[in-house]
Amino acid sequence: MASPLHQFEIVELAPIHIGGVNLSYTNSALWMTIAIIVVTTFLVVAMTNRQLVPGRLQSMAEVLYEFIGQMVKDNVGSAGRPYFPFIFSLFVFFLLGNLLGLIPYSFTFTSHLAVTLGMAVFIFLATTVIGFAKHGLHYFSLFLPGGAPIFLAPLLVPIEILSYFMRPLSLALRLFANMTAGHTLMKVFAGFVAMMGVFGVVPLVFVVALFGLETLVAFLQAFVYTILTCIYLNDALHLH
Amino acid sequence: MPQFDPSVWPTQLFWLAVLFIILVVLMAKVALPPIAEILEEREARIDDQLRKAENLKRDAEDAAEAYEKTLSAARADAQAVLQAVRDEAHAEASRRGAELSQKLHAELATAEARIAEARDGAIAELKDVATDLVGSITERLAGERYDRAKIAATVDAVMREAA
Repeated sequence: MASPLHQFEIVELAPIHIGGVNLSYTNSALWMTIAIIVVTTFLVVAMTNRQLVPGRLQSMAEVLYEFIGQMVKDNVGSAGRPYFPFIFSLFVFFLLGNLLGLIPYSFTFTSHLAVTLGMAVFIFLATTVIGFAKHGLHYFSLFLPGGAPIFLAPLLVPIEILSYFMRPLSLALRLFANMTAGHTLMKVFAGFVAMMGVFGVVPLVFVVALFGLETLVAFLQAFVYTILTCIYLNDALHLH
Repeated sequence: MPQFDPSVWPTQLFWLAVLFIILVVLMAKVALPPIAEILEEREARIDDQLRKAENLKRDAEDAAEAYEKTLSAARADAQAVLQAVRDEAHAEASRRGAELSQKLHAELATAEARIAEARDGAIAELKDVATDLVGSITERLAGERYDRAKIAATVDAVMREAA
Protein backbone atom coordinates (compact mmCIF):
# COMPACT_ATOMS: atom_id res chain seq x y z
CA MET A 1 0.00 0.00 0.00
CA ALA A 2 1.19 3.48 -0.85
CA SER A 3 2.33 5.68 2.01
CA PRO A 4 -0.22 8.23 3.27
CA LEU A 5 2.23 10.87 2.15
CA HIS A 6 2.32 9.56 -1.40
CA GLN A 7 -0.58 11.87 -2.30
CA PHE A 8 1.66 14.89 -1.76
CA GLU A 9 4.21 13.72 -4.33
CA ILE A 10 4.95 16.23 -7.08
CA VAL A 11 4.75 14.55 -10.48
CA GLU A 12 6.23 16.17 -13.55
CA LEU A 13 3.76 16.13 -16.41
CA ALA A 14 5.66 18.26 -18.93
CA PRO A 15 9.34 18.71 -18.14
CA ILE A 16 10.58 22.28 -18.56
CA HIS A 17 14.12 23.15 -17.56
CA ILE A 18 15.29 26.71 -17.97
CA GLY A 19 18.85 27.57 -17.06
CA GLY A 20 19.24 24.49 -14.90
CA VAL A 21 16.08 25.34 -12.91
CA ASN A 22 13.28 22.79 -12.97
CA LEU A 23 10.11 24.68 -13.97
CA SER A 24 8.22 21.61 -15.20
CA TYR A 25 4.45 21.62 -15.50
CA THR A 26 3.47 19.34 -12.64
CA ASN A 27 0.33 17.86 -11.14
CA SER A 28 0.34 20.85 -8.77
CA ALA A 29 0.24 23.26 -11.72
CA LEU A 30 -2.42 21.10 -13.38
CA TRP A 31 -4.77 21.37 -10.39
CA MET A 32 -4.11 25.10 -10.15
CA THR A 33 -5.10 25.31 -13.82
CA ILE A 34 -8.22 23.23 -13.16
CA ALA A 35 -9.14 25.49 -10.22
CA ILE A 36 -8.78 28.58 -12.43
CA ILE A 37 -10.85 27.02 -15.21
CA VAL A 38 -13.57 25.91 -12.77
CA VAL A 39 -13.83 29.32 -11.11
CA THR A 40 -13.76 31.32 -14.32
CA THR A 41 -16.22 29.01 -16.08
CA PHE A 42 -18.55 29.05 -13.11
CA LEU A 43 -18.59 32.83 -12.87
CA VAL A 44 -18.87 33.40 -16.61
CA VAL A 45 -21.64 30.81 -17.06
CA ALA A 46 -23.48 32.13 -14.01
CA MET A 47 -23.39 35.62 -15.49
CA THR A 48 -24.49 34.85 -19.04
CA ASN A 49 -28.14 35.86 -19.39
CA ARG A 50 -27.74 37.80 -16.21
CA GLN A 51 -30.94 39.17 -14.85
CA LEU A 52 -32.02 41.77 -12.36
CA VAL A 53 -33.75 39.02 -10.41
CA PRO A 54 -31.06 36.32 -10.28
CA GLY A 55 -31.51 32.61 -10.88
CA ARG A 56 -29.81 29.92 -8.81
CA LEU A 57 -26.40 30.00 -10.46
CA GLN A 58 -26.31 33.79 -10.66
CA SER A 59 -27.31 33.98 -6.98
CA MET A 60 -24.38 31.77 -6.03
CA ALA A 61 -21.95 33.93 -8.00
CA GLU A 62 -23.42 37.08 -6.43
CA VAL A 63 -23.30 35.62 -2.93
CA LEU A 64 -19.63 34.74 -3.43
CA TYR A 65 -18.91 38.22 -4.77
CA GLU A 66 -20.76 39.98 -1.97
CA PHE A 67 -19.22 37.70 0.66
CA ILE A 68 -15.71 38.76 -0.30
CA GLY A 69 -16.88 42.31 -1.01
CA GLN A 70 -18.29 42.56 2.50
CA MET A 71 -15.14 41.05 3.97
CA VAL A 72 -12.95 43.65 2.25
CA LYS A 73 -15.35 46.45 3.21
CA ASP A 74 -15.54 45.39 6.87
CA ASN A 75 -11.82 44.79 7.32
CA VAL A 76 -10.18 47.28 4.99
CA GLY A 77 -12.89 49.83 4.28
CA SER A 78 -13.37 51.71 1.02
CA ALA A 79 -9.59 52.02 0.58
CA GLY A 80 -9.51 48.27 -0.02
CA ARG A 81 -11.62 48.58 -3.15
CA PRO A 82 -8.66 48.45 -5.63
CA TYR A 83 -7.41 45.25 -3.98
CA PHE A 84 -10.75 43.50 -4.26
CA PRO A 85 -9.92 41.47 -7.41
CA PHE A 86 -6.76 40.20 -5.73
CA ILE A 87 -8.53 39.28 -2.49
CA PHE A 88 -11.34 37.62 -4.42
CA SER A 89 -8.86 35.63 -6.53
CA LEU A 90 -6.95 34.64 -3.39
CA PHE A 91 -10.09 33.29 -1.74
CA VAL A 92 -11.42 31.35 -4.73
CA PHE A 93 -7.93 30.04 -5.59
CA PHE A 94 -7.33 28.56 -2.15
CA LEU A 95 -10.97 27.51 -1.70
CA LEU A 96 -10.92 25.58 -4.97
CA GLY A 97 -7.44 24.22 -4.14
CA ASN A 98 -8.75 22.88 -0.85
CA LEU A 99 -12.04 21.56 -2.25
CA LEU A 100 -10.64 19.98 -5.42
CA GLY A 101 -8.06 18.27 -3.20
CA LEU A 102 -10.90 16.34 -1.56
CA ILE A 103 -11.63 14.53 -4.83
CA PRO A 104 -10.00 11.09 -4.65
CA TYR A 105 -6.81 10.78 -6.72
CA SER A 106 -6.61 14.55 -7.13
CA PHE A 107 -3.78 16.71 -5.87
CA THR A 108 -4.09 19.37 -3.17
CA PHE A 109 -1.76 22.21 -4.16
CA THR A 110 -2.59 24.08 -0.94
CA SER A 111 -0.98 21.22 1.03
CA HIS A 112 2.43 22.39 -0.18
CA LEU A 113 4.36 24.88 1.85
CA ALA A 114 5.92 26.26 -1.33
CA VAL A 115 2.50 27.50 -2.47
CA THR A 116 1.14 28.77 0.84
CA LEU A 117 4.47 30.33 1.86
CA GLY A 118 5.10 31.74 -1.60
CA MET A 119 1.75 33.51 -1.51
CA ALA A 120 2.23 34.56 2.13
CA VAL A 121 5.64 36.08 1.41
CA PHE A 122 4.22 37.92 -1.56
CA ILE A 123 1.38 39.28 0.61
CA PHE A 124 3.86 40.21 3.32
CA LEU A 125 6.13 42.07 0.90
CA ALA A 126 3.23 43.71 -0.89
CA THR A 127 1.55 44.97 2.31
CA THR A 128 4.91 46.23 3.59
CA VAL A 129 5.56 48.09 0.33
CA ILE A 130 2.01 49.52 0.39
CA GLY A 131 2.48 50.57 4.02
CA PHE A 132 5.73 52.41 3.36
CA ALA A 133 4.43 53.92 0.12
CA LYS A 134 1.38 55.26 1.93
CA HIS A 135 2.83 56.32 5.26
CA GLY A 136 6.58 56.61 4.67
CA LEU A 137 8.63 56.13 7.79
CA HIS A 138 5.51 56.66 9.84
CA TYR A 139 4.73 53.05 9.00
CA PHE A 140 7.15 52.09 11.79
CA SER A 141 4.55 53.31 14.28
CA LEU A 142 2.87 49.98 13.57
CA PHE A 143 5.44 48.47 15.93
CA LEU A 144 4.27 50.52 18.92
CA PRO A 145 0.58 49.98 19.64
CA GLY A 146 -1.30 53.22 20.20
CA GLY A 147 -1.99 54.13 23.83
CA ALA A 148 0.85 51.98 25.16
CA PRO A 149 2.98 53.65 27.85
CA ILE A 150 6.32 54.74 26.41
CA PHE A 151 8.40 52.92 29.05
CA LEU A 152 7.01 49.64 27.68
CA ALA A 153 8.40 50.46 24.23
CA PRO A 154 11.67 48.51 24.68
CA LEU A 155 9.55 45.45 25.42
CA LEU A 156 6.70 45.99 22.97
CA VAL A 157 8.64 47.04 19.88
CA PRO A 158 10.71 43.83 19.59
CA ILE A 159 7.57 41.74 20.19
CA GLU A 160 5.65 43.65 17.56
CA ILE A 161 8.53 43.40 15.07
CA LEU A 162 8.81 39.68 15.71
CA SER A 163 5.06 39.18 15.30
CA TYR A 164 5.14 41.26 12.12
CA PHE A 165 7.80 39.04 10.59
CA MET A 166 5.98 35.94 11.79
CA ARG A 167 2.91 36.92 9.80
CA PRO A 168 3.83 35.18 6.54
CA LEU A 169 5.03 32.12 8.37
CA SER A 170 1.88 31.72 10.47
CA LEU A 171 -0.28 32.45 7.44
CA ALA A 172 1.51 29.82 5.35
CA LEU A 173 1.88 27.17 8.04
CA ARG A 174 -1.77 27.34 9.10
CA LEU A 175 -3.10 26.45 5.66
CA PHE A 176 -0.34 24.02 4.81
CA ALA A 177 -0.60 22.17 8.14
CA ASN A 178 -4.39 21.97 8.05
CA MET A 179 -4.44 20.55 4.54
CA THR A 180 -1.53 18.15 5.04
CA ALA A 181 -2.78 16.84 8.38
CA GLY A 182 -6.38 16.45 7.19
CA HIS A 183 -5.46 14.64 4.01
CA THR A 184 -2.94 12.40 5.73
CA LEU A 185 -5.48 11.45 8.37
CA MET A 186 -8.09 10.65 5.71
CA LYS A 187 -5.58 8.54 3.82
CA VAL A 188 -4.56 6.65 6.98
CA PHE A 189 -8.18 5.83 7.84
CA ALA A 190 -8.94 4.94 4.23
CA GLY A 191 -5.99 2.51 4.47
CA PHE A 192 -7.58 0.96 7.57
CA VAL A 193 -10.81 0.42 5.60
CA ALA A 194 -8.91 -1.62 3.05
CA MET A 195 -6.88 -3.53 5.67
CA MET A 196 -9.71 -4.45 8.08
CA GLY A 197 -11.97 -6.14 5.55
CA VAL A 198 -15.53 -6.49 6.90
CA PHE A 199 -14.71 -4.45 9.99
CA GLY A 200 -13.58 -1.72 7.65
CA VAL A 201 -17.03 -0.13 8.01
CA VAL A 202 -15.88 1.37 11.31
CA PRO A 203 -13.03 3.43 9.83
CA LEU A 204 -15.25 4.00 6.79
CA VAL A 205 -17.80 5.79 8.96
CA PHE A 206 -14.92 7.75 10.40
CA VAL A 207 -13.66 8.66 6.93
CA VAL A 208 -17.14 9.88 5.94
CA ALA A 209 -17.33 12.05 9.06
CA LEU A 210 -13.78 13.25 8.45
CA PHE A 211 -14.70 14.15 4.87
CA GLY A 212 -17.45 16.41 6.19
CA LEU A 213 -15.03 18.00 8.61
CA GLU A 214 -12.41 18.46 5.88
CA THR A 215 -14.97 20.18 3.66
CA LEU A 216 -15.62 22.60 6.50
CA VAL A 217 -11.86 23.05 7.01
CA ALA A 218 -11.45 23.71 3.27
CA PHE A 219 -13.84 26.66 3.52
CA LEU A 220 -12.60 27.82 6.89
CA GLN A 221 -8.91 27.86 6.01
CA ALA A 222 -9.47 29.66 2.71
CA PHE A 223 -11.57 32.17 4.68
CA VAL A 224 -8.94 32.57 7.42
CA TYR A 225 -6.13 33.05 4.89
CA THR A 226 -8.17 35.68 3.06
CA ILE A 227 -9.39 37.57 6.10
CA LEU A 228 -5.88 37.72 7.58
CA THR A 229 -4.67 39.13 4.27
CA CYS A 230 -7.42 41.76 4.58
CA ILE A 231 -6.28 42.59 8.11
CA TYR A 232 -2.63 42.93 7.04
CA LEU A 233 -3.74 45.11 4.15
CA ASN A 234 -5.77 47.23 6.55
CA ASP A 235 -2.71 47.67 8.78
CA ALA A 236 -0.74 48.77 5.75
CA LEU A 237 -3.40 51.25 4.63
CA HIS A 238 -4.59 52.62 7.97
CA LEU A 239 -1.89 51.59 10.46
CA HIS A 240 -3.56 50.56 13.71
CA MET B 1 7.54 14.58 3.17
CA PRO B 2 7.57 15.84 -0.42
CA GLN B 3 6.66 19.31 0.89
CA PHE B 4 10.13 19.77 2.36
CA ASP B 5 11.97 18.63 -0.75
CA PRO B 6 13.64 21.83 -2.05
CA SER B 7 13.90 20.50 -5.59
CA VAL B 8 10.14 20.83 -6.16
CA TRP B 9 9.91 24.42 -4.86
CA PRO B 10 10.99 26.39 -7.94
CA THR B 11 8.41 24.80 -10.23
CA GLN B 12 5.63 25.34 -7.71
CA LEU B 13 6.57 28.94 -7.09
CA PHE B 14 6.89 29.60 -10.81
CA TRP B 15 3.53 28.10 -11.72
CA LEU B 16 1.86 29.68 -8.69
CA ALA B 17 3.04 33.08 -9.87
CA VAL B 18 2.10 32.53 -13.51
CA LEU B 19 -1.27 30.90 -12.89
CA PHE B 20 -2.28 33.21 -10.05
CA ILE B 21 -1.54 36.26 -12.18
CA ILE B 22 -3.69 34.72 -14.92
CA LEU B 23 -6.46 34.13 -12.37
CA VAL B 24 -6.32 37.71 -11.07
CA VAL B 25 -6.44 39.07 -14.63
CA LEU B 26 -9.35 36.76 -15.52
CA MET B 27 -11.23 37.79 -12.40
CA ALA B 28 -10.54 41.50 -12.77
CA LYS B 29 -11.22 41.72 -16.52
CA VAL B 30 -13.69 38.94 -17.28
CA ALA B 31 -15.50 37.43 -14.31
CA LEU B 32 -16.04 40.21 -11.81
CA PRO B 33 -17.15 43.25 -13.86
CA PRO B 34 -20.50 41.71 -14.93
CA ILE B 35 -21.28 40.84 -11.31
CA ALA B 36 -20.37 44.33 -10.12
CA GLU B 37 -22.45 45.76 -12.94
CA ILE B 38 -25.57 43.76 -12.15
CA LEU B 39 -25.27 44.46 -8.42
CA GLU B 40 -24.91 48.17 -9.05
CA GLU B 41 -27.80 48.11 -11.49
CA ARG B 42 -29.99 46.34 -8.96
CA GLU B 43 -29.01 48.72 -6.19
CA ALA B 44 -29.66 51.72 -8.43
CA ARG B 45 -33.01 50.29 -9.41
CA ILE B 46 -34.02 49.58 -5.83
CA ASP B 47 -32.93 53.07 -4.77
CA ASP B 48 -34.85 54.52 -7.70
CA GLN B 49 -37.99 52.59 -6.83
CA LEU B 50 -37.67 53.56 -3.19
CA ARG B 51 -37.31 57.19 -4.16
CA LYS B 52 -40.34 56.89 -6.43
CA ALA B 53 -42.34 55.26 -3.68
CA GLU B 54 -41.28 58.04 -1.33
CA ASN B 55 -42.44 60.67 -3.84
CA LEU B 56 -45.74 58.91 -4.40
CA LYS B 57 -46.27 58.65 -0.69
CA ARG B 58 -45.59 62.36 -0.29
CA ASP B 59 -48.01 63.12 -3.13
CA ALA B 60 -50.66 60.96 -1.52
CA GLU B 61 -50.12 62.72 1.80
CA ASP B 62 -50.40 66.11 0.10
CA ALA B 63 -53.60 65.06 -1.63
CA ALA B 64 -55.03 63.75 1.63
CA GLU B 65 -54.13 67.01 3.33
CA ALA B 66 -55.72 69.09 0.56
CA TYR B 67 -58.81 66.90 0.71
CA GLU B 68 -58.98 67.33 4.45
CA LYS B 69 -58.59 71.07 4.10
CA THR B 70 -61.31 71.30 1.42
CA LEU B 71 -63.57 69.15 3.49
CA SER B 72 -63.18 71.27 6.60
CA ALA B 73 -63.68 74.48 4.55
CA ALA B 74 -66.84 73.04 3.03
CA ARG B 75 -68.01 72.00 6.47
CA ALA B 76 -67.40 75.52 7.80
CA ASP B 77 -69.25 77.03 4.81
CA ALA B 78 -72.17 74.72 5.32
CA GLN B 79 -72.22 75.60 8.97
CA ALA B 80 -72.26 79.33 8.16
CA VAL B 81 -75.03 78.95 5.58
CA LEU B 82 -77.04 76.85 7.96
CA GLN B 83 -76.61 79.43 10.72
CA ALA B 84 -77.65 82.25 8.39
CA VAL B 85 -80.77 80.39 7.28
CA ARG B 86 -81.60 79.55 10.86
CA ASP B 87 -81.20 83.19 11.92
CA GLU B 88 -83.34 84.38 9.03
CA ALA B 89 -86.04 81.88 9.78
CA HIS B 90 -85.94 82.85 13.39
CA ALA B 91 -86.25 86.54 12.58
CA GLU B 92 -89.10 85.87 10.13
CA ALA B 93 -90.92 83.75 12.66
CA SER B 94 -90.67 86.33 15.41
CA ARG B 95 -91.72 89.09 12.99
CA ARG B 96 -94.76 87.13 11.89
CA GLY B 97 -95.61 86.27 15.46
CA ALA B 98 -95.51 89.92 16.41
CA GLU B 99 -97.67 90.88 13.42
CA LEU B 100 -100.17 88.21 14.21
CA SER B 101 -100.48 89.12 17.84
CA GLN B 102 -100.88 92.79 16.87
CA LYS B 103 -103.62 91.89 14.43
CA LEU B 104 -105.30 89.71 17.00
CA HIS B 105 -105.12 92.49 19.53
CA ALA B 106 -106.75 94.88 17.11
CA GLU B 107 -109.50 92.42 16.24
CA LEU B 108 -110.08 91.76 19.88
CA ALA B 109 -110.42 95.46 20.55
CA THR B 110 -112.96 95.98 17.71
CA ALA B 111 -114.86 92.87 18.83
CA GLU B 112 -115.00 94.19 22.36
CA ALA B 113 -116.18 97.59 21.09
CA ARG B 114 -118.87 95.91 19.02
CA ILE B 115 -120.01 93.85 21.98
CA ALA B 116 -120.17 96.96 24.16
CA GLU B 117 -122.16 98.75 21.49
CA ALA B 118 -124.51 95.82 21.07
CA ARG B 119 -125.04 95.63 24.80
CA ASP B 120 -125.71 99.38 25.04
CA GLY B 121 -128.16 99.08 22.14
CA ALA B 122 -129.86 96.12 23.78
CA ILE B 123 -130.15 97.96 27.08
CA ALA B 124 -131.62 101.04 25.39
CA GLU B 125 -134.11 98.87 23.49
CA LEU B 126 -134.99 97.04 26.70
CA LYS B 127 -135.63 100.38 28.28
CA ASP B 128 -138.01 101.33 25.47
CA VAL B 129 -139.81 98.00 25.67
CA ALA B 130 -139.99 98.27 29.46
CA THR B 131 -141.40 101.80 29.20
CA ASP B 132 -144.04 100.69 26.64
CA LEU B 133 -144.81 97.64 28.75
CA VAL B 134 -145.08 99.71 31.92
CA GLY B 135 -147.29 102.20 30.04
CA SER B 136 -149.58 99.43 28.78
CA ILE B 137 -149.74 97.70 32.17
CA THR B 138 -150.45 100.87 34.13
CA GLU B 139 -153.10 101.91 31.54
CA ARG B 140 -154.84 98.56 31.88
CA LEU B 141 -154.56 98.41 35.66
CA ALA B 142 -155.20 102.03 36.49
CA GLY B 143 -157.13 102.84 33.38
CA GLU B 144 -155.24 105.94 33.32
CA ARG B 145 -152.67 106.99 30.90
CA TYR B 146 -149.37 108.23 32.38
CA ASP B 147 -146.99 110.48 30.74
CA ARG B 148 -144.47 108.52 28.74
CA ALA B 149 -141.48 110.63 29.77
CA LYS B 150 -142.35 110.14 33.43
CA ILE B 151 -142.56 106.40 32.99
CA ALA B 152 -139.25 106.36 31.17
CA ALA B 153 -137.57 108.22 34.04
CA THR B 154 -139.03 105.75 36.55
CA VAL B 155 -137.93 102.73 34.50
CA ASP B 156 -134.55 104.27 34.18
CA ALA B 157 -134.30 104.77 37.92
CA VAL B 158 -135.45 101.18 38.64
CA MET B 159 -133.02 99.74 36.14
CA ARG B 160 -130.15 101.74 37.52
CA GLU B 161 -131.15 100.54 41.01
CA ALA B 162 -131.21 96.96 39.78
CA ALA B 163 -127.92 97.25 37.98
